Amino acid sequence: MAANQETAAAVKNVEQYKYGFVTDIESDMAPKGLSEDIVRFISAKKGEPEWMLEWRLKAYRYWLTLADEEPTWAKLIYPKIDYQASYYYAAPKQKLASMDEVDPKLLETYKKLGIPLAEQAILAGVAVDAVFDSVSVATTYKKKLEEMGVIFKPISEAVHSHPELVKKYLGSVVPYTDNFYATLNCAVFTDGSFVYIPKGLRCPMELSTYFRINEKNTGQFERTLIVADEGSYVSYLEGCTAPQRDENQLHAAVVELIALDDAEIKYSTVQNWYPGDADGRGGIYNFVTKRGACRGKNSKIMWTQVETGSAITWKYPSCILQGDNSVGEFYSVAITNNRQQADTGTKMIHLGANTRSKIISKGISAGHADNTYRGLVRIGAKADKSRNYTQCDSLLIGDKCGAHTVPYIESRNPSAVTEHEATTSKISDDQLFYCLQRGMTQEEAVSLIVNGFCKEVLQTLPMEFAVEAQKLVSISLEGSVG
Amino acid sequence: MALLEIKNLHASVAGKEILKGVTLALEPGEVHAIMGPNGTGKSTLSNVIAGREGYEVTKGQVLLDGEDVLAMAADERARAGIFLAFQYPVEIPGVTTSAFLKTALNAKRRAAGEKEIDAMEFMKLVKKKTEALGMPYDMIKRALNVGFSGGEKKRAEVLQMTMLEPRVAILDETDSGLDIDALRVVSDGVNSLRAPDRAFLVITHYQRLLDYIVPDHVHVLANGRIAASGGKELALELEAEGYAKYLNAAA
Repeated sequence: MAANQETAAAVKNVEQYKYGFVTDIESDMAPKGLSEDIVRFISAKKGEPEWMLEWRLKAYRYWLTLADEEPTWAKLIYPKIDYQASYYYAAPKQKLASMDEVDPKLLETYKKLGIPLAEQAILAGVAVDAVFDSVSVATTYKKKLEEMGVIFKPISEAVHSHPELVKKYLGSVVPYTDNFYATLNCAVFTDGSFVYIPKGLRCPMELSTYFRINEKNTGQFERTLIVADEGSYVSYLEGCTAPQRDENQLHAAVVELIALDDAEIKYSTVQNWYPGDADGRGGIYNFVTKRGACRGKNSKIMWTQVETGSAITWKYPSCILQGDNSVGEFYSVAITNNRQQADTGTKMIHLGANTRSKIISKGISAGHADNTYRGLVRIGAKADKSRNYTQCDSLLIGDKCGAHTVPYIESRNPSAVTEHEATTSKISDDQLFYCLQRGMTQEEAVSLIVNGFCKEVLQTLPMEFAVEAQKLVSISLEGSVG
Repeated sequence: MALLEIKNLHASVAGKEILKGVTLALEPGEVHAIMGPNGTGKSTLSNVIAGREGYEVTKGQVLLDGEDVLAMAADERARAGIFLAFQYPVEIPGVTTSAFLKTALNAKRRAAGEKEIDAMEFMKLVKKKTEALGMPYDMIKRALNVGFSGGEKKRAEVLQMTMLEPRVAILDETDSGLDIDALRVVSDGVNSLRAPDRAFLVITHYQRLLDYIVPDHVHVLANGRIAASGGKELALELEAEGYAKYLNAAA
């Protein structure tokens, strides 16, 4: 619990969003707006092969047909997005070969974020593929991983170095026709990570990427693809922070995971995009499509997310449980404060026999925020003896926020068992007074109680992430009581 | 100077006056018992001293070492050394007793300008305290008060008290819901904390607790006032004769 106290001390110093600063790096930008030319521009900037460009264009043309199909079913209220008012490409000018060449300003930015890149990699044994705006600027630990046969690199490089793998798996879980935002991503994605874990290898280090939006008005379209070959294991960490500004920023990432026979992927996210100010001005619009396919038998995919940022969160990390005996797990903490809105949950699609899924969702609402869990558990006709367990807990702080739970269960197999439990509670005055009477401040008390509420989820995070997440939980709820 | 001084304290809840002029002085090292029938303001008194919301002090003073307690927020009072052992300890799901204790202890240490306790030192301290109280060490790994029996909850209160080493400890009906064995354990814990620079305010409905925690002074709280004060024999008298005569006298 030391983290809690550290947090409380930190919270006192944090008046504004901690990461609200803009690094001044000259950007190489595409003109504003979206058109076939822009798609071609992005592809050309990356020096992409023809097949990649064709795929993008296919997606772009399809996206045009979706103009009236921007999803409206989520419990989210925001002004209509003008897709022609955004920039779709911005990248730091210099191409860098090693950490030494990284712009000192950029390193300074990471320092402010508390991410001493090189040191962290060495100390924590974490290989970091740092995404700054849209282009990866540094990849560490590359060599060691390479020796083991792990491919961990910017997807823009993988397109060139491993076209057969990218071609085979890109869009195989989230096709370019999937949904409005995913389709947009297919057309204009700029960069992201590609990971391949060879057969039988248990990747000995956590793979990590830090995303950061920097250029004003730049939509972020990250694309991540992780393939775990037979019998392999990988744990991947994703963390986000973003600088402060007034305009809303669109973020529409796509993450695809593929687990073959007996493979396991653990994907952890701490999302802390700028949430907007107390009155709801500014903040990131986060429309993310994350999906994993347990394609092989006995495979396993586990999503853990801690969502504290963004003005709007639209996100449903899902599992398609195709292989027999495959397992999907989803652990989520979603915190909304002030005017934030989150509509988040998961889909567990059971196709194979004896497939199992588990959903643990913890939603915390404070201020005037709205927090919705939306989940689908679908049991297919062939998913004999499949099981799902779902638990959705909501915690309310104050009396002006909202918590909503929208679980869908569709079962087409009588031998399957699904369980759903849901609770909604408030931090009681009794709990607060009890903590205060032991000498804790309001903020420490709320932090302690909320961290307790989220514990089941936070403890699934890798150690160093768990500590960061605890701090975030506290910082996110700053000023929510009293 | 008295350690805790309550002067002509008037307090109301939702516009209804419950305390109607309570005056009491606790000298360092003393144990005072407050007895009285239900609904006479015993719990109101402890809540007002501890600073719980929902109570309006309309008149009077509470001083700790001469400092104005009523001007402090609840958490400041706690850090200044006022400890309330709750009649109904609150469950904090997902928060281990150990984590709770450490957070509380560090809040106090920071306020005193001391360094936060490190993990090793903390473990040693908890081990020592639980052993002294005859409590299983494993208890601190459980979520605070969640699924605890009545006795365990009260023991956890005493453990917190021994860790935080308050100046003034208020025990609010600590004996309620305890069997005789638990009562003994809890009382032993309290007695081990008796010290020349510490005072206790023991609020109870029954005399039984005072067989174990022997008070220096006993007061009868009736109709919002101290109706009588005496030595420990007063408790026995109350046990035999009941509160009727104080209620009638005060009414």
